[in-house]
Amino acid sequence: MAVAEAQTKAHSPGDTTWHGVVLQTLKRNDIKLVPYVPDRVLTPLIKSLHADPYFTTFATAREEEAVGIVSGAWMGGTRGAVLMQTSGFATLANVLASLAMPYQIPLIMFVSERGTLGEFNYGQSLVCRTMRPVLDSLAMEHHTATRLDEFEFIVDRSIKQAITTQAPVALILSPLLTGGKVLDK
Amino acid sequence: MNTHSSTRNTKIMNRFDLSSRLVAKLKNDEAVVGGIGNTNFDLWAAGHRPQNFYMLGSMGLAFPIALGVALAQPKRKVFALEGDGSLLMQLGCLSTIATSAPKNLVMVVMDNGVYQITGSQPTPAATVADIVAIAIASGLSNSVWAADEEDFERLLDQSLTASGPMLIGVRIDDKPGTGQTRRDPVQIRERFMVGLGVRQPL
Repeated sequence: MAVAEAQTKAHSPGDTTWHGVVLQTLKRNDIKLVPYVPDRVLTPLIKSLHADPYFTTFATAREEEAVGIVSGAWMGGTRGAVLMQTSGFATLANVLASLAMPYQIPLIMFVSERGTLGEFNYGQSLVCRTMRPVLDSLAMEHHTATRLDEFEFIVDRSIKQAITTQAPVALILSPLLTGGKVLDK
Repeated sequence: MNTHSSTRNTKIMNRFDLSSRLVAKLKNDEAVVGGIGNTNFDLWAAGHRPQNFYMLGSMGLAFPIALGVALAQPKRKVFALEGDGSLLMQLGCLSTIATSAPKNLVMVVMDNGVYQITGSQPTPAATVADIVAIAIASGLSNSVWAADEEDFERLLDQSLTASGPMLIGVRIDDKPGTGQTRRDPVQIRERFMVGLGVRQPL
């Protein structure tokens, strides 16, 4: 995480960080409920969400549980988003195909990308390769965010598109944006 | 059949009968989320209401979906009906719900110990585990078995005024569901949102 944060700061103008952009853009779009399964890279975002009373944020045992929660909340009139890691996304094909897509639920997912650009765990690099084919097989909207200067545009527009078209979206947070996770020596 | 029923002091009841008893008690537009298969078939057969949501997949997510509804609408009571096999897919959600502790969520587990809809194969839990004990150990202290139909109705009355999440276990027979839900996911979701006052019909 130290590496991730240092790299984020290195190409951030002023105090802007990728996680600051996520938090502010969620708020601006009235997204209050953020269940997650944690990831090392997501830690500064999770901390700042917990520190902000605007958000209801908590850990779930599985990613699909979090998808169920935000789906129910949306039908009840509260907007949500789910945070997870690549390997967590790999557990979601069933719930995407049987809940989010057919019921037309604007499921908003932030996926911290493991498995590429310096991965040290072979299993992570393999599971990463399943992510985009699954998204493409369902014709789900997805973007890979690599640059901080484009990031707010991508997040804000994607959230608005998901809600207005009632379709899920996955925002993949590349190590180019977050710094990723590297093997500590 | 529930293979360990003989060792327990709980009557074997019927899913459709219990679903009908639940629906008859709902006077305040309470939301009801029905898990996949027979659980929502019997909810549907008990009489469709706009506040019912029927799952057509995503086995095990009735309680998480209901938790989301309960968090979004804290003044509305939310019921979730789930089969024992479905719940086994997602036991972790019991702890999530216990930590979140919504005052307005009531969970009913329809336990027959089998995957009725796939050919009545016993679940791995059927002869060894106790769903209500699992719920209590997961942090849901207000979890109980209903002894019979009258007790179920008494527990439902209690749940309507409960100040925290409640889980009611019911032992049911191995009968299939009564009828089948109309499988139109967009319409189910839209009508549910209208029923919850989130949307107006076009």
